Amino acid sequence: MSTEPVGTLVLDPIRCDGRGMCHDAAPGLIELDEWGYPLLPSGTLRAPIERSDMKAARDATHACPLLALHIER
Amino acid sequence: MTARLGLSTPPSLAAHHREFGRLPLVDARRGDRPGDLVDDVERAALRGRGGGWFPTHLKLRAVVDSSAARGPLSRSRRPVVIGNGMEGEPASGKDAALLTRSPHLVLDGISAAARTIGATDAFIAVHRGSPAVPSLEVALAERASSRIDPVTIRIVTPPARYVASEESALAHWVGDGEATPVFPDRPFQRGAAGRPTLVQNAETLAHLGLIARRGGAWFAEVGAPGAPGTTLVTVGGSVPNPGVVEVPTGTAVHEILARCGGPAGTVRGYLTGGYGGGWVAAGDFDQAAWDPDSVRAAGGVIGASVLWAIGELTCPLEELARVTAWMAGESAGQCGPCMFGLPSVAEDVRSLALRTADGVEFKQLQNRLRLITGRGGCKHPDGTARLVATALDAFPDEVALHLDRRCSVAGRRGTDPAGTLPVPPARLPGLDLRRRDFT
Repeated sequence: MSTEPVGTLVLDPIRCDGRGMCHDAAPGLIELDEWGYPLLPSGTLRAPIERSDMKAARDATHACPLLALHIER
Repeated sequence: MTARLGLSTPPSLAAHHREFGRLPLVDARRGDRPGDLVDDVERAALRGRGGGWFPTHLKLRAVVDSSAARGPLSRSRRPVVIGNGMEGEPASGKDAALLTRSPHLVLDGISAAARTIGATDAFIAVHRGSPAVPSLEVALAERASSRIDPVTIRIVTPPARYVASEESALAHWVGDGEATPVFPDRPFQRGAAGRPTLVQNAETLAHLGLIARRGGAWFAEVGAPGAPGTTLVTVGGSVPNPGVVEVPTGTAVHEILARCGGPAGTVRGYLTGGYGGGWVAAGDFDQAAWDPDSVRAAGGVIGASVLWAIGELTCPLEELARVTAWMAGESAGQCGPCMFGLPSVAEDVRSLALRTADGVEFKQLQNRLRLITGRGGCKHPDGTARLVATALDAFPDEVALHLDRRCSVAGRRGTDPAGTLPVPPARLPGLDLRRRDFT
């Protein structure tokens, strides 16, 4: 099933400094709020990720220089 | 009247022992096991009185389990217990009342908890400059000379800032000298200096001191079934005799108000729980029962058990604006949605209070409340968003008046000073949260 989440994208808001590189790497998955901080699809710190979004989630995770994102399987 | 917490007995150890008897020792020769208290606390259905009302036995067990999972530990790696007497809520006075009038009951709770979880370090945290410091110093000296505690309980005084009383921030302060919240927040696994850490509110510990003597069944004899026992309530605002009262949970709001002389004049609403709590319109809230589930069902939040009555000569939106601005300044400054979102929200609320906001700005405020919720490393932004959102819900007529450049108390304001919520001096987000700032 393509709608079945295969992992969870987790944001550590204390590490995050709002550099926006996750949004640059995965603009379709991560938006920036009006203050420049990442907004996951769930609107919270944990977002279930479907298989089709997994590459974007990985790109966003690798783009963060502060290691504020990770994927939980 | 049910008074269990010894608020009216003298604070000395001798008077305390006359009133409550000694804290029973765990006697291995009699077959007692330190963990037995956890079962008794479960039987008591004690829930934490710091604001979250989380079941206390689950926290105790989580520390015991995470410590056991690590296998044998040297004394310096074993669990830590921290009594939380910080009372970060400016409108609350219950923990200060308890720590100045019945300090030994709280310290008994720390002692019993330390024995139960095998803690080798124990602390009582009160904010810098708290009136509880001198009474705790006297109480701890009395205990030291009669050698009644399994570990020495030490006083720690983190800065008097709202987020410093959050449990991961307290563990962070004790371990590393930084009173900032930690993400993810799991002090029971990795707390002070990475050690399993139990953080319990001062009132919760006082109840624990009683359960250790009288048992869980005794504890649950009074109060609401879902959250039994008694609880301290800080009553303020538009009442003749504001102060701290002890009532069984489930006591009707009007009975609690009656203990403080009843409402002074017409009440238009209440702030419940504290600044991380929620507003409710007066309506028939005075018929609601004061326990977590009933207060929630009636639209409020029991939180730190603050009950603040707003009189008809006070504009709730002006009160909200002052408190929201202060809460914005109390951010630890660690997370963007809090550091930047709360000042934006506070500015929107200020425009609303000053009657300069239009429908577009009001819409912006509502959007921002949704935007900041659920995105902080601690619950500070969520609590502040709830404070604002519940006020907008509780006082829709006042909001409509303000958007029309009017106010229900315009021209009559200032005659109800009792309705003014306490707001300490404003400070910058994140300032003075580190020990090195004080030395």
